[in-house]
Amino acid sequence: MTDYRLVVVSAGVSDPSSTRLLADRATQRVTDLARERGHAVSITTVDLRELLQELPAALSSQLLGPRFTRAIDALGAADAIVAATPVYKAGASGLFTSFFQVLDNDLLIGKPVILAATAGTARHALVVDEEMRALFAYLRALPVPTSLFASTEDWTDTALGTRIDRAARELVLLMESGFARAVRDDAWGAYQHTYGSAGGTELDIDLDSDMMRLATGGSLRTSAEDDPFDPRRA
Amino acid sequence: MQFGIMSVSDITRDPVSGHTPSEAERIKNIVRIAVHAEEVGLDVFAVGEHHNPPFFSSSPTTLLSHIAALTERLVVTTSTTLITTNDPVRLAEEYAMLQHLSGGRMDLMLGRGNTAPVYPWFGQDIRQGLPLALENYNLLHRLWREDVVDWEGQFRTPLQGFTSTPRPLDDVAPFVWHGSIRTPEIAEQAAFYGNGYFANNIFWPKEHYQRLIRFYRQRFEHYGHGTQKQAIVGLGGQAFIAKNSQDAHDQFRPYFNEAPVYGNGPTMEDFESMTPLSVGSPQEVIDKTLTFRDAFGDYQRQLFLVDHAGLPVDMVLHQLDLLGEHVVPVLRAELESRRDPEAPANPPSHADLVTAKYGDESPRQPRPNANRGDNVTGGSPYQDSETAVSEYPTL
Repeated sequence: MTDYRLVVVSAGVSDPSSTRLLADRATQRVTDLARERGHAVSITTVDLRELLQELPAALSSQLLGPRFTRAIDALGAADAIVAATPVYKAGASGLFTSFFQVLDNDLLIGKPVILAATAGTARHALVVDEEMRALFAYLRALPVPTSLFASTEDWTDTALGTRIDRAARELVLLMESGFARAVRDDAWGAYQHTYGSAGGTELDIDLDSDMMRLATGGSLRTSAEDDPFDPRRA
Repeated sequence: MQFGIMSVSDITRDPVSGHTPSEAERIKNIVRIAVHAEEVGLDVFAVGEHHNPPFFSSSPTTLLSHIAALTERLVVTTSTTLITTNDPVRLAEEYAMLQHLSGGRMDLMLGRGNTAPVYPWFGQDIRQGLPLALENYNLLHRLWREDVVDWEGQFRTPLQGFTSTPRPLDDVAPFVWHGSIRTPEIAEQAAFYGNGYFANNIFWPKEHYQRLIRFYRQRFEHYGHGTQKQAIVGLGGQAFIAKNSQDAHDQFRPYFNEAPVYGNGPTMEDFESMTPLSVGSPQEVIDKTLTFRDAFGDYQRQLFLVDHAGLPVDMVLHQLDLLGEHVVPVLRAELESRRDPEAPANPPSHADLVTAKYGDESPRQPRPNANRGDNVTGGSPYQDSETAVSEYPTL
């Protein structure tokens, strides 16, 4: 029995929002399945429209307001994520992409994610796989194999429920595998981090680097051992 | 504790009057501003370096030596000098000259510059910005401390038997600050050499700067230059002052809203709550500035940004009056009373550095040997060199 932290990010802006509805259905399924398997799940929901006022500062000056900071703290501690957006003009909503563009590159490494989108027409169906997947690949998150997409007609189709069930099961299995935590414990140093990244937690400074040697009066030039013709070689 | 102002040297349209100053006007006015800084009792004037419009300060040593000639006490410095796109040999020469002309009333702050197109104009590449900055300073450091330098690095042509002239005033290198807001390697370099560390303290919440300043202090101690409290820290900040808070907000808002660096981003109130910006009465500016010491420890230099975003020169001069009359005297007294006796009150002046090097002895005054066409033969081209060659073979 493990306690899991699930964070739901929804970019729906109407109230009620079909995007939020899709996210909630997936979240409910994840919670039920996890419970059946003996786990408890705590849920934090990040409604991105509540971050709208802080978005200009975050985008233009990297100044994060209190709501952004709370959302980032939650994502940093998350064991799994449900990320849902409406599709506008053949793409994920600007609010959704802007939010993820503000995050540190290493905040979501290895974390399992259900990707979900809603739209007014089925012609947008590939936005999840062709656009959102690329964004999360860049962030080195781990989207589950089944993507969720719901256009108007899907809400009356039982097939949507089947896909939600599949995606939720995939997410629970990935969460149980402990992959994200293992990556963090075993291989964190192999990823690129910047000072204060990963939501401000990545503060170790590597003193044993070429740049640090140069900073302390060393040289970038190759050492004698690297060059067979170097006269310094004994 | 030193107080002063730093200018970015932007020439920005005044959003209230619609007037854009000419370059000639802005350059004349910056001299007035600097001279007035001394008149109101400030200690330091700093100017940035830029090589593209709408900035005027491409040649900081020329401007600073003129200002030094017009003032008596003011320390002139930079915010910052580009250690990446400038040849360190030219920096060594130009700033040593400024040091002589200002009678040692100068220091300089090094920065990388983050405008990518500027790099190729000077034959460099921004992707190499960090190693360039580190290597160039390593060379600059030696050029001011060794009469004759042999040097080979990654980025500039090697030097054989090169002497940077003039030698620094009293043969004591100018004090150097390393400015950085996100690069641990720069903090490490400042600590390694026992130089000062400056955080611009403008755009981000204080937590952002705290980490690097703490790291710099730890490494300063690690390299044996003194305790963490003895490390030399400088901070920027920006303030707009009026008699009362409401007037300050009303007067500054149109400039804030259109300032190229913040325009259309956060509101002024958000920026005030999230960053070190203070807009308000003298007491409000004092209170906010005092929080810097709580966040970063005792520090030695505070520079305010006051002449940017199209603020008209008369308003800037008035800001200096308010700073000098109502803000800085209180801050001086408050900070001095709170200062840990272990922490230095000021960054090292030229006189301090001379005493540190020579004690009671009189400083070295290098006098060159007669021209022999090279610096390579013998140890030094200067008369006091122990290994100077006294006789040369004739053909």
